[in-house]
Amino acid sequence: MKPASFDFLCPDTLEETLAALADGGGDARVLAGGQSLVPMLNMRLARPALLVDIMRLEPLRRIDTSGDEIVVGAGVRQAELEAWPSLSRDLPLLAAVFPWLGHVQTRARGTVCGSIAHADPSAELPLSLVTLGGAVSLRSRNRKRKVKADDFFIGMMATDLAEGEMIEAVHFPKARPGGGYAFREVGRRHGDFAIVACAAVADDKGLRLGIAGVDDRPRVFPLPALDDDQFDDAINDIAWSLDARDDFHASARYRRELVRGLGRETLKEASRCRA
Amino acid sequence: MPRMNAARKHPVEFTLNGRTVRAEVENRMLLSDLLRHEIGLTGTHVGCEHGVCGACTVQIDGRPARACLTLAQQVRGSDVRTVEALAPDPAVLSPLQAAFRRHHGLQCGFCTPGILMSLDALLRERPDADREDIREHLSGHLCRCTGYATIVEAALAAAEEQRKEETTNA
Ligand code: FES
Ligand code: FES
Repeated sequence: MKPASFDFLCPDTLEETLAALADGGGDARVLAGGQSLVPMLNMRLARPALLVDIMRLEPLRRIDTSGDEIVVGAGVRQAELEAWPSLSRDLPLLAAVFPWLGHVQTRARGTVCGSIAHADPSAELPLSLVTLGGAVSLRSRNRKRKVKADDFFIGMMATDLAEGEMIEAVHFPKARPGGGYAFREVGRRHGDFAIVACAAVADDKGLRLGIAGVDDRPRVFPLPALDDDQFDDAINDIAWSLDARDDFHASARYRRELVRGLGRETLKEASRCRA
Repeated sequence: MPRMNAARKHPVEFTLNGRTVRAEVENRMLLSDLLRHEIGLTGTHVGCEHGVCGACTVQIDGRPARACLTLAQQVRGSDVRTVEALAPDPAVLSPLQAAFRRHHGLQCGFCTPGILMSLDALLRERPDADREDIREHLSGHLCRCTGYATIVEAALAAAEEQRKEETTNA
């Protein structure tokens, strides 16, 4: 349970960082808070030749409001966003999610973007980003691009991040006036990865349900109103459309049942909160 | 800063329990191993080495964090506190430690240093911490002996005592 050896670089500028990532190619990894990557290093599931520590890059350590988006830089720790004074007003879904996200002890170090980059299919932050319809800003030496969250997550711990690229920031759309948001999850222990997690949004665009822990990536679906006759069929169809599997933690059947149960509860709560 | 070669050791300097320490470490050295094997502070325990059990919890810049998920190089310039910093004197327990003793908050003691560091950070940040706050902080720790109830009681007693202390001093 010790990492294999690697070169280490702690750059002072973004240019230096991007150059190192470009030269390192697939053998270089970005290190931010380390709460996802260091376990992978310890278990030797990751054996990068070079780690590039980005936590001294001041411009990445900011939370900015730009138009109707909250932009969270790659160096922002989860605990920092959790303590951000406008969180419950601008990102009420995240305010509901944070208590479930790892533990106090991991949020203190882990970054928001690090969890997005890790792309665990049951993780809460990727689920939130997809449910809210957010985006990810990617940066490499020669290119800058912004990818929709739904296109960024492509499979089990797999993302659209290319060699030499890093996440510069993630963009969460601000809560819409009068919108209702809710989150629930079921796991073995508070703070562990969810067996199933659901995030719901009720706003002027209708109802949306995000689901993590079932498919190989977080998914989001539109739904008819709760009192609609189609509702039960719709949520049941969603549960069956996901690629639920039996594993050590839960059966596929239990996961589908959680999607129906938690899905309905979160949608109800979001609809109730809708002003 | 130049690229640090994997094959060599490199200096790292940080504050540990109020004193500046300087060590030469391999890049892959974990903070937990630096503390235990190089510096000799074995109060910080190691259970799982992947962030699950909480035994290795220390405080980094005032916040509880996993030493096993932190590379030694990542604490360059930081302020690290370990369980060794709690007792004011080798013969005197801190109020939190004394409460653990009184309420049987430990049996084998393997999980205790990590739990103390989490609760110490909580009680400094929120002197009014209640049962819920304490339980939330404890959810990041595994204890196989006590059943947790006595740990919660110890923490509540320490919080209470700390509040009394503050009113008498005010
Ligand atoms: S040893 Fe670090 S969390 Fe278990
Ligand atoms: S006292 Fe033995 S594990 Fe907690």
